[in-house]
Amino acid sequence: MKSAVIVFPGSNCDRDMAVALEKITGQKPLMVWHQEYDFDKVDFIALPGGFSYGDYLRCGAMSARSHIMKEVIKRAEAGVPTFGVCNGFQILTETGLLPGALMRNAGLHFVCKDVKMTVENADTMFTSAYAAGEEITIPVAHHDGNYFADTETLDRLEGEGQVAFKYNEDINGAQRRIAGITNAKGNVLGMMPHPERMIEPALGGSDGRKLFESVMNRLG
Amino acid sequence: MNNGNEIKITPELVKEHGLNEEEYARIVSAMGREPNYTELGIYSVMWSEHCSYKSSRFHLKKLPTKAPWVIQGPGENAGVIDIGDGQAAIFKMESHNHPSYIEPYQGAATGVGGILRDVFTMGARPVANMNALRFGEPDHPKTRHLLAGVVEGIGGYGNCVGVPTVGGETNFDESYNGNILVNAMTVGLADTDKIFYCAAAGVGNPVVYVGSKTGRDGIHGATMASAEFTEDSEEKRPTVQVGDPFTEKLLIEACLELMATDAIIAIQDMGAAGLTSSSVEMASKGGVGFELDLDQVPQREANMLPYEMMLSESQERMLMVLKPGREDMAKKIFEKWELDFAVIGHITDTGNLTLKFGGEVVGDMPINSLVEDAPEYERPYVPTPKRDAVDVDAPADLGKAVMDLIGGPNLCSRRWIWEQYDHMVMGDTIQRPGGDAAVVRVHGTEKALAISTDVTPRYCYADPVEGGRQAVAETWRNITAVGATPLAITNCLNFGNPERKDIMGQFVGCLEGMGEACRALDYPIVSGNVSLYNETNGSGILPTPAIGGVGVMADSNKMATIALKGAGQTVVLIGETKNELGASLYQKQILGKNEGCPPHVDLDIERRNGDFVRALIENGQVSTCHDLSDGGLIAALADMAIAGRVGVSVNVEGDLPLHVVLLSETQARYLVATDAETAETIRKEAKDAGIPVAVLGETGGDRLTVNGGVLDLALSDLTAAHEGWMPNYMAKEPLSA
Repeated sequence: MKSAVIVFPGSNCDRDMAVALEKITGQKPLMVWHQEYDFDKVDFIALPGGFSYGDYLRCGAMSARSHIMKEVIKRAEAGVPTFGVCNGFQILTETGLLPGALMRNAGLHFVCKDVKMTVENADTMFTSAYAAGEEITIPVAHHDGNYFADTETLDRLEGEGQVAFKYNEDINGAQRRIAGITNAKGNVLGMMPHPERMIEPALGGSDGRKLFESVMNRLG
Repeated sequence: MNNGNEIKITPELVKEHGLNEEEYARIVSAMGREPNYTELGIYSVMWSEHCSYKSSRFHLKKLPTKAPWVIQGPGENAGVIDIGDGQAAIFKMESHNHPSYIEPYQGAATGVGGILRDVFTMGARPVANMNALRFGEPDHPKTRHLLAGVVEGIGGYGNCVGVPTVGGETNFDESYNGNILVNAMTVGLADTDKIFYCAAAGVGNPVVYVGSKTGRDGIHGATMASAEFTEDSEEKRPTVQVGDPFTEKLLIEACLELMATDAIIAIQDMGAAGLTSSSVEMASKGGVGFELDLDQVPQREANMLPYEMMLSESQERMLMVLKPGREDMAKKIFEKWELDFAVIGHITDTGNLTLKFGGEVVGDMPINSLVEDAPEYERPYVPTPKRDAVDVDAPADLGKAVMDLIGGPNLCSRRWIWEQYDHMVMGDTIQRPGGDAAVVRVHGTEKALAISTDVTPRYCYADPVEGGRQAVAETWRNITAVGATPLAITNCLNFGNPERKDIMGQFVGCLEGMGEACRALDYPIVSGNVSLYNETNGSGILPTPAIGGVGVMADSNKMATIALKGAGQTVVLIGETKNELGASLYQKQILGKNEGCPPHVDLDIERRNGDFVRALIENGQVSTCHDLSDGGLIAALADMAIAGRVGVSVNVEGDLPLHVVLLSETQARYLVATDAETAETIRKEAKDAGIPVAVLGETGGDRLTVNGGVLDLALSDLTAAHEGWMPNYMAKEPLSA
């Protein structure tokens, strides 16, 4: 599986994502700088966590309008599996590839800790290696992870199986404890927790691996 | 053209610059004339306590700084040690006390930014941030606001830059009511053949400015850090700098990218006293002169005077000397990262710092005099009187006292703090906050660094020599307790006004103790910072020489943690317990006193017991270990049980009263837990080695029980108290400001 990690000024989980992808897929990902207009064909695009553009204006707002995102949007719309973690999720909502928005945590503090969450839909290309309803532990590290969308959108997300993960308890005030969602087509996933940080026992567990393995299985 | 030098130098102006008459006379004699306004400003910051170490230098020279693994000791931006395999750990700790009291968020944030720059300036990628924080008593009206702001600032900067904040220490004491301490430490990794220094070389070579633009912020920050606080100090808010971690992140990446080429001759970050101290230090170390054209300095504000540009402490700026002809290549890298890049001068052979502005020379000073002619004071001091040992009373209710300690401000869980720090980014944090030392893997290897920051100011106040020894020994012990070999330390020496003989006595005493401990433990000092004048309205802080220790372990799979690992494990105490409750946390918190001698630090015993414990971890005999410190045996047992979510039942024997056995803070002690058979082997090995050892009991159940129920506490109550104090405290009332 050939993957690309998009790097913005201020991305800081790009290396962590690259390490996880290389460890699990066996292939070094392509690192793509935000000023590029194009990049080689890949099977999987990752938008990493961090503070792209310093979170200035609004988290993810400036990155969503960078050159490279025009290309990412084009490929995501064409069906390339596209995955945003934390700041990557914020960028995906800012581009409109995913509905809703990530607001400041209800507690107003940055929160970094392991959280328990449930796999709500194990039929997506990102979650098929998990069991439906499986409880997994993945860390969060964010200041703006409070997922918000209007009731109609939330009902649709839940009704259509687009909610991939839910927190087991309230972490940041997110509506319906939503931790991660997919687009209607199912090829774009955004989530606040960091699966790339949970890929070996030394880091506290391996629950994040199956997410990457799911995509690999799908792509054969 | 108006350049500021039309301002007349008067005795009042000299005094406002923190220079006394004798110091001013030295300047006139060094220059052979009266300085102009720009030059006066430059001398005043270079000769400030903060930059010149004029009160401390004489004593700092006595500290041990050498070992075969030390690549660079004090005097550079940070210390460098060899950790094997062609790799080096580069680290330093620095204070940002006064700014953090005035403006806690920005003060703490820029403290983190500054120490990060000290480390990546030398070619290291920062891999871990630590801190040592001290606040006033919890009930003081400002404490909550300061704590909230400092934690937010440290997180705000470190989280954005993407360097994990992996640990630290936080304490409360009324002596910090008007003068909190914010000490930040950064550890970085580099290849031993890719380390960068600040000595400039090559007449004619370009002097290059990179990073953020220069504004009027932070002018005279170094002078502020060199004076006592008064009520008016809060008016000094404009001298606190504002941090931009996003720019810092870009600066790290751009500098490391340029450092991968061979373009850089010398590099220095612009910290305290900004462009002045960076250019003077680079020129001084290289024995050359600098000519700077200040019109070329990237400026954020209009009409800045030379004085302002030279003294600005705007953040996220670096100064470099490049090889000739490499400017364009370097410029491309900085443009890619959208940072300013400007050639602002060149190296000369005059030995002077020459400043041009609007085509005129506006300042011309001998570099030597700025550095070497700075006054050095051997301030008079009175050694702190020795105290007599005292017997410390038992509490009326032992169970309540233990609960109050475990669930009190000084021993409670700091989770509320460290959950606001991204402590996992970079994917190598293998021991998270809450243990004895933070452990961070060397990326791509099984090797790891262990890091700990410690000092017990109560002891330093009671007996500075013992306190100095203890601060060093405690970091050594914490690093040992995770299974690493301690290699070297950095320090941040926070004291009151050195012009007071008793304060100077504390300083001299602490340094003496630190030096002894470093020598005895082969644990040299490779970098550090001195922060004096930590007083408000004449009331000084407890002497607080914060120590940051770094160690290395070859196989991080063998790392020990404090959490008990399930039921049926045998708990063994290594080291002797003595009647040492003087200056203990128990005495302070429960009895409200600080009397008697603090625990004695016997460095031979410290080393013997520590080496024994480290071998147990390295041999795989033990993976659960905790050192004993504040709160003694009972606090350590409670920590281990709470972290492991399993109870423990122990029996303690001997002639000492029970409260002494449980609460004494005798040094050089560790608790380990392992299976019964290995515990018996350990007992025998310790006996053979002449090390006092006691098998205390077994893990299991859901209570912490001593001597069959003399003390019997539910683990759930202990956990609730331990975890509850800080969130409850911070939620108590809305924060002021």
